[in-house]
Amino acid sequence: MSARRLVGLETEYGIIRPNMPKANATVLSAQIVDAYAQLVAEQDSAAKAARWDYSDESPLQDARGFAMDRAQAHPSQLTDLEPGLDDEGIWTAESIALDGNDAHLGSTLYQEKESTDVVMNMVLGNGARLYVDHAHPEYSSPESMTPRDAVLWDQAGDEVMRRAAAAAQRMGSGELLLYKNNTDNKSVSYGSHENYLMPRGIEFSSIVRGLTPFFASRQIFCGAGRVGQGMLNERAAFQVSQRADFFEAEVGLETTINRPIINTRDEPHANWDKYRRLHVIIGDANLGQISTLLRVGTTNLVLSLIEAGMAPQLELVEPVLALQQISHDPTLKAKVRLRGGVQLTAIEIQRHYLHAAENYCAARGIDDPDTTEILSRWAQILELLERDPMDAADQIDWIAKYQLVNGFAQRHQLELSDPRVAMLDLQWADLRTDKGLYYRMAERGAIQRIFSQQEINQAVASPPEDTRAYLRGMTLQRYAPYVVAANWDALSFAVPGARKISRFHMPEPLGGTRAQVGELFDTQLEIAEFIDELARRR
Amino acid sequence: MTQESFSARRSTQNQQAETEQVQVNTTGQSAGVDDLLDEIDSVLESNAEEFVRGFVQKGGQ
Repeated sequence: MSARRLVGLETEYGIIRPNMPKANATVLSAQIVDAYAQLVAEQDSAAKAARWDYSDESPLQDARGFAMDRAQAHPSQLTDLEPGLDDEGIWTAESIALDGNDAHLGSTLYQEKESTDVVMNMVLGNGARLYVDHAHPEYSSPESMTPRDAVLWDQAGDEVMRRAAAAAQRMGSGELLLYKNNTDNKSVSYGSHENYLMPRGIEFSSIVRGLTPFFASRQIFCGAGRVGQGMLNERAAFQVSQRADFFEAEVGLETTINRPIINTRDEPHANWDKYRRLHVIIGDANLGQISTLLRVGTTNLVLSLIEAGMAPQLELVEPVLALQQISHDPTLKAKVRLRGGVQLTAIEIQRHYLHAAENYCAARGIDDPDTTEILSRWAQILELLERDPMDAADQIDWIAKYQLVNGFAQRHQLELSDPRVAMLDLQWADLRTDKGLYYRMAERGAIQRIFSQQEINQAVASPPEDTRAYLRGMTLQRYAPYVVAANWDALSFAVPGARKISRFHMPEPLGGTRAQVGELFDTQLEIAEFIDELARRR
Repeated sequence: MTQESFSARRSTQNQQAETEQVQVNTTGQSAGVDDLLDEIDSVLESNAEEFVRGFVQKGGQ
């Protein structure tokens, strides 16, 4: 039990081309990914990116022990198919003209300088995946082991997107703007998912029981804030979470419709008998480092409590309603109904979880620096929120935004329904550091950060060292021309002169670390020797 | 000392130092907000209504 756990974070970014508002979002997203592929290829003639391998994906497998019929699945659930730009007939002459050359979708392995194929999906030298997910560019971070590393490689994703947008503009795609938010505030939402490695032996029902009250209430320190309430933005009022109003179910397999608080996708991308990958879809995308740290760190601790059978015995009467009641009250005084006739605030629910984690760690003498830090920050933040949420404005995303929104509205005598307030809400999440209001605030020291830009740049270039992301990322850095495909748990190589593709499986997410395979990269092995050495260490 | 153990130690020290600090910095925080509000007209997109209307996304996961 600790705050350490293998975690990966995914972010779908909002995207527009401002001077062409009707431009197809899938095409724009492809331009982002493709521009990044070209940027990587420019920097190193041996391109450090490989094509994604879909053969290990099983998005319709349900954690409750059954699989959904493909025919019944919503098309957006078929995430194991290579998305094509012609899927919806959108790869038309017009859209091709849009990016100014004769680009077409090809089965690109990695981007050659002379190639005109559009790269839709790539693996990066830091172990991450960058791809087009439906109509959004998505960055899926490499697997990391500590809450701090999860933050760092998530921030690296924002930097990758920034560089990609700048490269796309330089390469003639026009100005593409990216947003780390979760709704267009008109009717749709897009996600930022978290993935947590768990032992397969834990009953899924105990995960649902233990997590639901925690997920409904953790938004008080990791919500991203939204001006607008209701899926269709029916009411001009501030709320804590971007995502809360888009959730309609308690448990389920879907991620794009009828969204559930607990998602049951059972696709471990690892040894199936040993592991479960808990796929969490309820979080907001956080620009702030402390909100991300708390989101991952506290969730890790709660999962440990569930694994130990020590999670607080709380049960919300109506979890979806509670999620929205909490989100709609920025004073954090709203009480939600629990079984047994009790009513608690989100802060009180969080305190139950905090105390359970503190007691468990104290009894077992667990005092590693990650656990100590998360327990201490968790206690501190609940104290601040109890006293006055505004006291946490320099740490928590929604509060920082709320303060700016209120200050702006008061100064200019505006209602929250004013388009300039809506602009502020949107521009908060603009990834450009000179325009994005989150970045303008952080630069003034008004928002705490734990990582410098230099550290973030380092994480764009290098993988975490203590998971299989190390082997994936380093392999891409050194041997990209031979990597014909890669995914979370496999690398496939084409060796010159060999008749078959060599496929190397990585079913153990905690393997392939620097400690285990680092020496392979310390020497300059030929590709065939490298693959032999890898196989020897299997 | 390997690079790995060096960076692990450095990060532990940071973590302890930051955790011991009391995390209240509201004076600097409000100053930052006021400061940004002073110059917001030059930062905020000027065609707010049109810009916001144009921000239409397709649904995602």
